[in-house]
Amino acid sequence: MPDVSHLAKLIFGRLTWDSIPIHEPILIATFAAVLLGGIGLLGALTYFRLWGYLWREWFTTVDHKKIGIMYMVLGIIMLLRGFADAVMMRLQQAMAFNGSEGYLNAHHYDQIFTAHGVIMIFFVAMPLVTGLMNYVVPLQIGARDVSFPFLNNFSFWMTTAGAALVMASLFIGEFAQTGWLAYPPLSGIQFSPGVGVDYYIWALQVAGVGTTLSGINLICTIVKMRAPGMGMMKMPVFTWTSLCTNVLIVATFPVLTAVLTLLTLDRYVGTNFFTNDLGGNPMMYVNLIWIWGHPEVYILILPAFGIFSEVVSTFSGKRLFGYTSMVYATVVITILSYLVWLHHFFTMGSGASVNSFFGITTMIISIPTGAKIFNWLFTMYRGRIRFELPMMWTLAFMLTFVIGGMTGVLLAVPPADFVLHNSLFLVAHFHNVIIGGVLYGLFAGIIFWWPKAFGFKLDEFWGKISFWFWVIGFWIAFMPLYVLGLMGVTRRMRVFDDPSLQIWFIIAGIGAAMVAVGILAFLIQIGVSIWRREELKETTGDPWNGRTLEWATSSPPPAYNFAFTPVIRDNDAWADMKKNHYQRPVEGFRDIHMPRNTPTGVILAGLSAVLGFAMIWYMWWLAALSFVAIIAVAIHHTFNYARDYYIPLDEVVATEEARTKLLSTARA
Amino acid sequence: MSYLRLLALLPITALLGGCNLVVMAPAGDIAARQRDLILISTGLMLLIIIPVMILTVLFAWRYRQANKDARYDPDWDHSTHLELVIWAAPLLIIICLGAITWMGTHLLDPYRRLDRIAAGRPVTAETKPLDVEVVALNWKWLFIYPEYGIASVNELAAPVDRPINFRITSATVMNSFYIPALAGQIYAMAGMQTRLHAVINRPGDYVGFSANYSGHGFSGMRFGFKGVDQAGFDAWIAENRKAQGKLDRATYMDLAKDSENVPVTRYAEVDPQLFNAVVNMCVEPGRMCMSEMMALDAKGGLGRSGLAMTLPLPTDRLASSLTALGTGKTYVASICTVEEAMAMTRPPAETRRIDPSPVRGLGLSAPNMTPRLPSSLTELFGQRRASNS
Repeated sequence: MPDVSHLAKLIFGRLTWDSIPIHEPILIATFAAVLLGGIGLLGALTYFRLWGYLWREWFTTVDHKKIGIMYMVLGIIMLLRGFADAVMMRLQQAMAFNGSEGYLNAHHYDQIFTAHGVIMIFFVAMPLVTGLMNYVVPLQIGARDVSFPFLNNFSFWMTTAGAALVMASLFIGEFAQTGWLAYPPLSGIQFSPGVGVDYYIWALQVAGVGTTLSGINLICTIVKMRAPGMGMMKMPVFTWTSLCTNVLIVATFPVLTAVLTLLTLDRYVGTNFFTNDLGGNPMMYVNLIWIWGHPEVYILILPAFGIFSEVVSTFSGKRLFGYTSMVYATVVITILSYLVWLHHFFTMGSGASVNSFFGITTMIISIPTGAKIFNWLFTMYRGRIRFELPMMWTLAFMLTFVIGGMTGVLLAVPPADFVLHNSLFLVAHFHNVIIGGVLYGLFAGIIFWWPKAFGFKLDEFWGKISFWFWVIGFWIAFMPLYVLGLMGVTRRMRVFDDPSLQIWFIIAGIGAAMVAVGILAFLIQIGVSIWRREELKETTGDPWNGRTLEWATSSPPPAYNFAFTPVIRDNDAWADMKKNHYQRPVEGFRDIHMPRNTPTGVILAGLSAVLGFAMIWYMWWLAALSFVAIIAVAIHHTFNYARDYYIPLDEVVATEEARTKLLSTARA
Repeated sequence: MSYLRLLALLPITALLGGCNLVVMAPAGDIAARQRDLILISTGLMLLIIIPVMILTVLFAWRYRQANKDARYDPDWDHSTHLELVIWAAPLLIIICLGAITWMGTHLLDPYRRLDRIAAGRPVTAETKPLDVEVVALNWKWLFIYPEYGIASVNELAAPVDRPINFRITSATVMNSFYIPALAGQIYAMAGMQTRLHAVINRPGDYVGFSANYSGHGFSGMRFGFKGVDQAGFDAWIAENRKAQGKLDRATYMDLAKDSENVPVTRYAEVDPQLFNAVVNMCVEPGRMCMSEMMALDAKGGLGRSGLAMTLPLPTDRLASSLTALGTGKTYVASICTVEEAMAMTRPPAETRRIDPSPVRGLGLSAPNMTPRLPSSLTELFGQRRASNS
C-alpha cells in the first residue's frame, strides 16, 4: 500500500479525508445548509435559464456600474458570514463561565475570531467601499466608464477569488488561529504547521492583487477622465475622498503583499525573516503589517467621510460648508496616516521618545477629523434638513463616531495604552469607529445611491427598523465591552473564571442579537423594495434633489452614463445646472464608443484561486499548471483586438427618447 | 421626568458598583498614574466632544425642514472666522494633550526606574528593588527570583511598597505581561528582553495574565499576584524554599513543553544562569547563545568556517518546523558553555542611574547627568550644548 499513499500525496499534497472537519457538528450543519442552498440556487438559475444572462450581462461585464453592484453583493454576502462569526463569539463568551468550557473548543473558537476580523475588513468593508466608489465615481465626474474597464472586472473577480478561498477553509481544512493580522512567530511554520495560515496568506494575496489594481484604476479615472471644467477643486467630496483612498491603497497594499510574501517564504522554503531564531525578527513583521494596517483604516473611513459629505449637503439643501478645508483635511489625513503605525504596539518596548512621537502624530490626525465634523455641523446650520434614511445614518454617525474618536485618542496616549492595549476597551473602540463610521456610512451610501442604481427607492419602514436596531444594538453590544476593558478583561479569551463579568457579556450578546435583527431588516428592506418597485419607482433620475453630477442622468443610467459629456462650472455641478435652468439635449446624438465584455477576468481569477488552493495543500503539479495557465491566458488576452464596440445611434436615440418621455410624465 | 431618567440609570449604576473596575482603581502607583492620565485626557477631550454632540442634536432639530422659522441660507458655505475656530479648537486641545503625552510617556516609561513609591514617598538610595525574571511559556508564566534563588510557575508575590524590576522574555511566541492592578503591560518576546518597573501599594490578591493571544492555551495563561507585607513575603519565600525540586536546564526543558491551565508549581532552587540562557535561546545543550554569536560577529564573525557550525536539527524536533520545500531547519552549535559565553559578553547593562529629580522636558535629563562623549566624537561634533534646565 505505500505506493498508493505516495501517489495520493503526489496528487493531493497534504489534502486527505482527515482534512474534512466531519467531527465538528456545527460545521457539518453549516455545510449541509450551504450545500442545500447552493443546489437550490443553482437549480433555480438553471430552471429559469439565467446562466447565459448572468454570464453575458454580469460576470463578463466591464461596465463599472454592474461591477460596482457585484462588489456590493459580495460584501453583503460576506457580511452574513462575518456576522455569524461574531454571534458565535458572543455566545461562547456569554456561556463560558463557572467552569463551563462554552460550546466551542480552542481550535474552533480561535479560527472564528481570526476569520471574523479578516472577513469583515477584507471581504465586507473593502468590497462595499470599492463597490460604491466603482459605481459612483465615474458618474460623479461625468465619465462613461473607468480608465481600464477590463482591469476593473479582473479586480472584482480577484477579490471574489480571495473570498472563495476563505470560505473554502470552512469545509476543507481549517482557517488560521492567529488573530486577524497573523503575527509571527505564532503564524510561522513552527507554531502553526497546519493549512490555516496558508489559507490566510493566499486569500489575502489573491484579493490584494484585485484591490491594488482597482486602486490604480480609480486613480487614473479620477485624474484623467473628469468632465471638462471639473478642476481638482471642483470635484465632489466623495470623489476627493475616493482619490485619497486609492492613493492609500496603491501605496500600502504592496507593503502587505511584500510582508506576506516574506511570511510565505518562511513557511514554505524555511527562510528566517520572522522566526525566533537564526536571525529572524518577528517584530519586523509587526511593524510592516501595521505600516499597511493603519492606512487601511483610513482606506475604509475616507470614502465614508465622502458619503457623509454628500448626504449632509443634499439633505440640508445647502452647499457643503468649508469645501476647501474639507479637501485639505482629507489630504492631511491621507499623509498623516503613514506616520502613526507604531501606536498599535506601544507595548513592544520602544523608547519613550518613539512612543511619544507616534502618540502625538496620532492625536494630530484628530485635528482634521474634528474639522470635518465641524464642517458637517455647519453644513446643517441654516439648512433645511430632511430626515430621510441617509441623513438619519449620518446623524447617528456624528453622535457615535465622536465617542469612538475620543477613545481612539485616549488609546494614543502611550501610558493609557499600556493598561488598555489588547483589552476589550480596544475592541469596543475600533468597532465604535468601524461600525459607527464605515458601516453607517455604507448604509447611508447604499440607501442614497440605490435609486440611482435601480430606478426605485428603498422601502422606508424596513429601513427605519433596520436603522434603529442597528444603532441601539450597536450601543448595547459595545458599551459593555468598554466597561469590561476597564475591568482588565483582555481580548480573544475563550473562557473566564471571574463570574462577575458574565452579566456584561450577556448584555453584549443581547446587543449582537439586536444588530442581527437590524441586518435581517436590511435584507427584508431590499426584498420588500424589489417587490414594491413599481410603487417606489423613481423616474426623474434625481430623487433627493441631489447636487452632484450622478443625479443628472437617468436612474438607472444608460450603459454610456451620459449621452453628451457635461461641462462643469461649479463643484455642486448638478445643483448649479438646475439653478441655471439646464435644458437636457434631445438631439444631435452620435454613436458611442464603449468597451466590450470579456471573460478573461473570470478565467484569470478562477485560475488564481486554483493556484492558491494548490499552494495551500502542497499540490505542486496543480500549482505549476495553474500558474502556467494564468500566464498563458494573460498573454492570450493581449491578442484580443475585439475589445470595443459602438452603441449605434438608433439605440442612443431610442434610450434618450424614452427618458424624455419618462421625464415629461414625471413632470405632469 | 428627570427622576424617571435617574431611575432608568439605576440598574447601570448598580451593575457598575458591583464590578471591579481594576483599571480605574488599581493598587500600584504606576497603574494609578496611568489611570490619572486616562481621566485627564478624557476630561480634556470631553471639552470638545460634548459641545459637538449637543450642537449636532441642536442643529438637527432647529434646522429641520418643518421649522419654517429657522433661517435658510443655501449658499452659505464659507466663513473664514468660523473655519479658523474649527481648526484651532481641536488644535488647542491636542497641544495640551500632546504636552501631557510627552511628559507622561517619559515619566511612566516602563524602562524608567521608579523614583517614587507613591505620591510624596520618593525612592531612597537604601531601597533595594526586588528583581524578578519573567518567562512566558506555552501556556504558563515562570517567575525567577534571582536574589532568593527560587522560582515559581503561575504565582508571583511581592512585598508592598518595594519597587519591583521585572526582566521579561518569552520562550515561545509573543505574549504580553500584564497585571492590571500593578502597572501597564509590556510584550514578552523570544530572544529579547523587555523591562517593567512597578510597585504595589496595597496588599491583596490580584490577577495577572497574558494580554496577547498566543495560541490554544491562551485563556488559561493566568497567574495570581500576591501583594503582601514583608512578613508575608518572607513566608512566601520560605514556602517556596520548602518545595522539592531544582529548576535546572533539564527541568526547564520539560516545563517549556506545551501545557494548559498549569497549577502553581514551586522550585526551591534555580539555575542562576537560566534566565540569561532563555533570553539568549541556548538553554538546550549544544546551542550557541545569541550573545556569543553577537560577540563573534562583532569581532568580524567566523567567515566561511562559521557555516560548519550550522547543524541540522535532530529529527524528533523536525516534525513541527519542517517546511515543504527548502533544506530543513538548522541550529548553530555552541563553541563555549553558557557560563563561558556569559562571562565573555557583558551582562545586560543596568538602566540609567536613579534620578529622583522631576522631569523637565527635552531629553529629560537633569543637569550634570549627561554622559561625556568620547573625545573623538567631541572633536567631530564639538562640545555638547549645556542643558538649559
